[in-house]
Amino acid sequence: MSKKPVQFTLNGETKAVFVDDGQNLLDVLRRGVGDLSPKYGCGQGTCGACTVLIDGEPHLSCLTLAETVEGRALSSTGGLAQGGELHPLQDAFMRHFAAQCGFCSCGMLMAAKALLDRTPNPSRDEVVEAISGNICRCTGYEPIIEAILDAAQNGAGRRSA
Amino acid sequence: MSVEFRKELFANERDDNLNEIGKGTQRQDALGHVTGRSPYFDDHLFEGLLQIRCVRSPHHHARIRSVDYSQAEKMPGVVRVIRPEDVPNNFNTLLSLLNFGRDDEPLLSSKKVSYKGEPVLAIVAGSDRQARDAVAAVRVDWEVLPHVLDVEEAMKPNAPVVNDVYPNNTFDYHDKYDHQKLRYGDVETAFAQADKIVEGRYQMSPIEQAPVETNGAIAAPETNDRFVCYTSTQALFFSLGTSAKLLNVSSNRLHFIGGTVGGGFGGKVDSLVEPVAILACMLTGKPCRFVWDREEEMQVGAPRGGERWYLKDGVMNDGRIIARQFTGYFDSGAYTRLSSYAIIKGTAHLPGPYHIPNVKSDVFCVFTNRTPATAMRGFGVTGVDFAIESQMDKIAHEVGMNPVEFRILNAYRDGDMKAHRREAKNCALIECAQVAAEKANWPIRDEFKQASSMVGGGGERAQIPHTVTDEDGKIGERRAGRTGGGQTRTIAPTTPAPAPAAHTPPPPSAPPPAAPPAAAEQPAYAHPAAAPAYQPAATQAPPPVAPAVTPAPPPAPAAPAPASDSGRPSARPVNRPGYSRFASNSGFRRR
Repeated sequence: MSKKPVQFTLNGETKAVFVDDGQNLLDVLRRGVGDLSPKYGCGQGTCGACTVLIDGEPHLSCLTLAETVEGRALSSTGGLAQGGELHPLQDAFMRHFAAQCGFCSCGMLMAAKALLDRTPNPSRDEVVEAISGNICRCTGYEPIIEAILDAAQNGAGRRSA
Repeated sequence: MSVEFRKELFANERDDNLNEIGKGTQRQDALGHVTGRSPYFDDHLFEGLLQIRCVRSPHHHARIRSVDYSQAEKMPGVVRVIRPEDVPNNFNTLLSLLNFGRDDEPLLSSKKVSYKGEPVLAIVAGSDRQARDAVAAVRVDWEVLPHVLDVEEAMKPNAPVVNDVYPNNTFDYHDKYDHQKLRYGDVETAFAQADKIVEGRYQMSPIEQAPVETNGAIAAPETNDRFVCYTSTQALFFSLGTSAKLLNVSSNRLHFIGGTVGGGFGGKVDSLVEPVAILACMLTGKPCRFVWDREEEMQVGAPRGGERWYLKDGVMNDGRIIARQFTGYFDSGAYTRLSSYAIIKGTAHLPGPYHIPNVKSDVFCVFTNRTPATAMRGFGVTGVDFAIESQMDKIAHEVGMNPVEFRILNAYRDGDMKAHRREAKNCALIECAQVAAEKANWPIRDEFKQASSMVGGGGERAQIPHTVTDEDGKIGERRAGRTGGGQTRTIAPTTPAPAPAAHTPPPPSAPPPAAPPAAAEQPAYAHPAAAPAYQPAATQAPPPVAPAVTPAPPPAPAAPAPASDSGRPSARPVNRPGYSRFASNSGFRRR
């Protein structure tokens, strides 16, 4: 099986890896690059646990061919905190009890960040829409929605990171 | 999100002088969750990690004539094919760790499969794709057998035998009883005296827990001849013991690491992935990973089992329930797992949180060709609670009562005797019903608003009724399922049944309205039929209670489950003198 070199940035750092034909981005991020923050929940694009940002847009990494991210800028929850300081979304998720088992949190945070980066003061409906592709089996979503609205109030969307 | 604490309830009995209880606190794992650093089982990287996939049955029920993996073995990347004979001790039941039940389930099946998705081979390969390709190359010659998917069908004499260890398709309690039995008082006599008989049939579907993280484990060789196992299990020592038994190794050679679980809800106790991952590691000497994909999680991940309940209540016109009878069928699927235990828990819960002086119950753990069932959030109790509360709504409708008032009327009060012969303590259904009614703007009359769990219980309600026994002094048949048919015998009550008159009506509403309140007289309360917010639960006309059990030998009854084998008539004390109403271990009632 032939390998292809792929180069991209992840959370601002340049990464270069060899990928197999047809290998998905989730697998490459986790096992190739060692960023374990995106999670495998379904492998078929229905749960959202593997969500990462590609050039600022939320993508399901389990359904993304790794070779398609050549030259692009990726971000994941693993790079959300800056210099030991939590991103306002992370802080709000903690304060609002928006993470229970935590398995959906990384994907949920990425979906929320994509929203706030574009829409700093979203309505509740916009928040619900933004996380509609992310399944959480613990919280019932309400604490997550509250956390995202709270983070927006605290200016999460105006932060450059 | 805030939690409301109703401190005015039982204020004289609570201790608010606690350091942590009742105060918000941060989860210790929250920081790891929001930074992506919480170490789930799959968040451990190994060089040369091998992947495992199983060959699974496409049939509900089939005999295995032969398995040909010769092509698969030669496929690129395939390191090892694990066969049933490679499993050192290929027969287990989960609760054998508690010495409960017979071993009835192989890790990998060699003779027959009894549910769709049952594994027959495990293939270890360099990548997941290679393992899947190899699985697809295995040829199994199946002899498809008739299957049964319905609990009552499974108990018929000609039904296919699902699980050879239990040839009657019912779990055997203590190797003697094919059901869990509860007898308290005399339901038959009470039914004869009741103003109304209300019957219902309730069916719960199996429910998949569907955690976002699927079941999985990684096993790797350690130094000192040990194996480390990172696992998603909800029950670390359960999985450790189960793996040690199946693999026939001392548990101190297995180093289990878990605790960070991506959702479980009961679906991660069955320990199906850990033994396979460790065995693969033992056979290859390499780190091995066995993770279900989402389809496996849904198809072979053990769900909450389906349950079927038949309820029959004897009710007086004033709303008092004087007798309740249950016949229950738990769908255990093809193997035992935990349903046998769930039934014990469920039986201890009957007849629900209500003071009912005559209770009878027979509950069967039935094997069908469905996915084996396991734990899920209050299993054993949740299903029958659905049946009980649906039935409560139905009865309230039939006697023309406000369903909340009807529950308050019948609720346990402190000091009441429960059907399993324990005193009810720290009751709070009445208070919960009052708060729920208030929040839902559901009107209840003052006498029900003023009712209290601390008033009206005990006294005559604390007495254990005479429980009818048969001529042998037993509370009824040991076997009521497939082998119980020919054993019917005449059973005559040996003790007089308690007359309903002896049943003290609870005080807050005593005596409750003798006739259904007319809507005009009770403007605050809309009759259920007229209230859009209220939906009588069992609207699908339940068929007459016709439990598939053999002609139920008449009024059985006496003693707690399971059936008394002593041959003595019920000699339980009729009263427990000197019990104190609010006693708890600390002498302080906590909620």
